[in-house]
Amino acid sequence: MGQRTPLYDAHLAAGGKMVDFGGWDMPIHYGSQLEEHHAVRKGAGMFDVSHMTVVDVAGADAEAYLQKLLANDVARIAPGKALYSGMLNDKGGVVDDLIVYRREKDFRLVVNCATRDKDLDWMEGRSAGFAVDIHERAELGILAVQGPDARQRVAEVLGGKRGQQIGELGLFNFFEAGQWLIARTGYTGEDGVEMILPGEMLPDLWQQLLDAGVHACGLGARDTLRLEAGMNLYGNDMDEGVTPLEAGMGWTLVFNDRGFIGEEALTRQKEHGHDQLVGLVMEGKGVLRAHQKVITANGEGETTSGSFSPTLGVAIALARVPAGSTGKADVEIRGKRQPVRIVRPPFVRNGKSVFKDL
Amino acid sequence: MSNIPAELRYASSHEWIHLEQDGTAVIGITEHAQDAMGDLVYVEMPDVGAELAAGDEAGVVESVKAASDIYAPVAGEVIAINEKLEDEPELVNNDPYNDGWLFKLKVSDPSELENLLDADAYAAQLEAED
Repeated sequence: MGQRTPLYDAHLAAGGKMVDFGGWDMPIHYGSQLEEHHAVRKGAGMFDVSHMTVVDVAGADAEAYLQKLLANDVARIAPGKALYSGMLNDKGGVVDDLIVYRREKDFRLVVNCATRDKDLDWMEGRSAGFAVDIHERAELGILAVQGPDARQRVAEVLGGKRGQQIGELGLFNFFEAGQWLIARTGYTGEDGVEMILPGEMLPDLWQQLLDAGVHACGLGARDTLRLEAGMNLYGNDMDEGVTPLEAGMGWTLVFNDRGFIGEEALTRQKEHGHDQLVGLVMEGKGVLRAHQKVITANGEGETTSGSFSPTLGVAIALARVPAGSTGKADVEIRGKRQPVRIVRPPFVRNGKSVFKDL
Repeated sequence: MSNIPAELRYASSHEWIHLEQDGTAVIGITEHAQDAMGDLVYVEMPDVGAELAAGDEAGVVESVKAASDIYAPVAGEVIAINEKLEDEPELVNNDPYNDGWLFKLKVSDPSELENLLDADAYAAQLEAED
């Protein structure tokens, strides 16, 4: 038996099909992954992501420490704003990717569940010389509510001042109310919020949102939604042997001579050139999967994530290919070459196809 | 409990087969198999005319989350495929024993069906896997 979130019983009651996910018993779907996917694209769906790890970083040197620990620069955001960043090793490889929320007096990080132990070790190990307190908040749960109607539904359920604040919240901004942190962030390519709150309060919130017509969605739909949104999955699209430059995360790198971990290696890699992460769209029938061989005019690469796209009705993938690969390519599926187009992700934003040919 | 019609035979790899009066057989995947796969989005069929031996790969069913091979439960020549599945793979989820059939074989040796599981034996296998 794996670890359980405070919503375990609620998942079973909703018909959740439970699977092991990084040591946690989590719902993969509640009957139909496709229906859940479309619910988020067209209405509102919610995901229990309480298996993810919340870590608070406080102390006089918290900012200086995170400026070194993270490849994106927390000094660029004011309190009340969130930032996506990689946490890199000395070779520039991605130890994990995370969201950092800058609060008034400290920072809150949300990191992946499967990497929890190594992340906490890594963070502790880099803290020498900094006056910081790194403190896991295992008692907090996270609920993501996503979709064009998501903020409206959540605002109705919460009502009052919180409801009003959700309506006015800017992208990648957050506010706190008591022990709740409500952020306009997500992993689906739709509008919505992610709410961090005490775990024991999750079941009531879950039930109220169900009653308000929010669809329960499993990790299966979360994966197809994030892939359509062109968002990376740690362990698939990047890991410790892959740098942000090779993983479509160049936009998260801030080089300003502050000396973040991995900066030197990345600077060298920028000079020497590197593979790139692109999108693939299949022309015919079939389904792209991770670890299929990609043959481009510039050489061979490999898919890192792939699936059928429920929104587009064709297979899509993220793939690491040699620099400068454009136009058409072939993917080898069960020994046969299938034609694909090389595109610039994301594939889908706000319910619409948005990819462009490279 | 999964629906396991008594009049069908089953392969341990979760295909069902129904022998018709004329010596042809219809093959599909079981209710349990479609449920385990989740929403199907693509079915790769054998070529009509292909000669398959028992246990040969006959095609692939792919759901949003995974791909799974389909095997010929007995030997025979492929005489038809369910062309509706090209545009409506979800028929396999909605009606695995009727509209969601996969392909038809002209069976080489009908006695090979005796080697397959009956409904009780397949139910017992599912129970053991659970």
